Amino acid sequence: MKKVYPSADAALEGLLFDGMTIASGGFGLCGIPELLIAAIEKAGTQNLTIASNNAGVDGFGLGVLLATKQVKKMISSYVGENAEFMRQYLSGELELEFNPQGTLAERLRAGGAGIGGFYTRTGVGTVIADGKDVKVFDGKEYILETGIVADISIVKAWKADPSGNLVFRKTARNFNPPAATAGKICICEVEEIVPLGSLDPDSIHLPGIYVHRLVQGQHEKRIENRTTRKKEA
Amino acid sequence: MAWDRNQMAARAALELQDGWYVNLGIGIPTLVVNYIPKGIEVTLQSENGMLGMGPFPYEGEEDPDLINAGKQTITELPQTAYFDSAQSFAMIRGGKIAMAILGAMEVAENGDLANWMIPGKLVKGMGGAMDLVAGVGRVVVVMDHTSKHGESKVLKACTLPLTGKGVVNRIITNLGVLDVVPGGLKLIELAEGVTEAEFRAATEATLVN
Repeated sequence: MKKVYPSADAALEGLLFDGMTIASGGFGLCGIPELLIAAIEKAGTQNLTIASNNAGVDGFGLGVLLATKQVKKMISSYVGENAEFMRQYLSGELELEFNPQGTLAERLRAGGAGIGGFYTRTGVGTVIADGKDVKVFDGKEYILETGIVADISIVKAWKADPSGNLVFRKTARNFNPPAATAGKICICEVEEIVPLGSLDPDSIHLPGIYVHRLVQGQHEKRIENRTTRKKEA
Repeated sequence: MAWDRNQMAARAALELQDGWYVNLGIGIPTLVVNYIPKGIEVTLQSENGMLGMGPFPYEGEEDPDLINAGKQTITELPQTAYFDSAQSFAMIRGGKIAMAILGAMEVAENGDLANWMIPGKLVKGMGGAMDLVAGVGRVVVVMDHTSKHGESKVLKACTLPLTGKGVVNRIITNLGVLDVVPGGLKLIELAEGVTEAEFRAATEATLVN
């Protein structure tokens, strides 16, 4: 069992096909699998359905797959920072399924945990509830949401050991663990692959059972909204 | 006269209670952090996976792995904890967050809130707002009372797609403070220099005593 691959291209070898569904980690541009996204662009896979909280920005992150028109449908909670996304959606070129952020996270978690669906209060009385089963628990309405199982998931972690145990860093964790579990095959890119035994087993964020292929690489880690304060004199 | 953005944020900060876990939305709600009253300690949640959000970093100390829900660079505090998005919304839906302060495009007298899209025009997405209003203990909206064209945004019924139905507890606008009560909205407080007649004229919703 060898999980470590020499490049993002190699890590995706034999897994991509037109019309497939991909679950992607990341929030905005933070913790996105930028190397695997670039490799999918290079592979030219078409008609993708991508479950990801955001769609990157124009020219970076998932924005590159929108620019090349490789995406048929996005399942996302927020697309506000991506002009090309909005343009393709409003012109009808791109399908978009809006999911509330917590519902999307839980759909991925559920899909990876063998839970077919769950009832949530989120979206009750809004367009999100249209056509969905409603049940009353303890006097309150809940709507049925389904788990997402993707053909593959692409995620980014900070460190991995060769067995696939993952450690994330700060808020770059975000959607990566639930997205990782939702894929039938999970490919993870990391900043560093450390020797077996060097990660504290009590401090593993996602155990290696969920991770099938690993690749280490250089990350640009672009900042979307740089905000600072002045040092007081 | 009416409150400006900072005065609205300062008024919203008076809603905070010691020991609360609070989620602040994008825009004016973000400014609330500058006005937290002395003696009140709150822990800020950022729905992208953090409790204990600190101030913006000094120039040169930005970390691309450390952002808030508005994608702004931020810092951590000694009590900070990080977690994934599923865990983050488990604590939101599970009622562990005492209060959310968020912006709005429209609110209605029955507590309905609209703040995520204008059909055919503006498609942003709801982000975490639908989960927040469905799950947190108390929802406070901070918004301008009227549109740029002078039309009331405090309505009998929302015209835009809803973020949540009957979810708002309190509304803080540039003209004053309103509570959602049975039968309509109750005027709690007028902004400095605003008369009750001006307030009523700018409000479409039913005002009750």
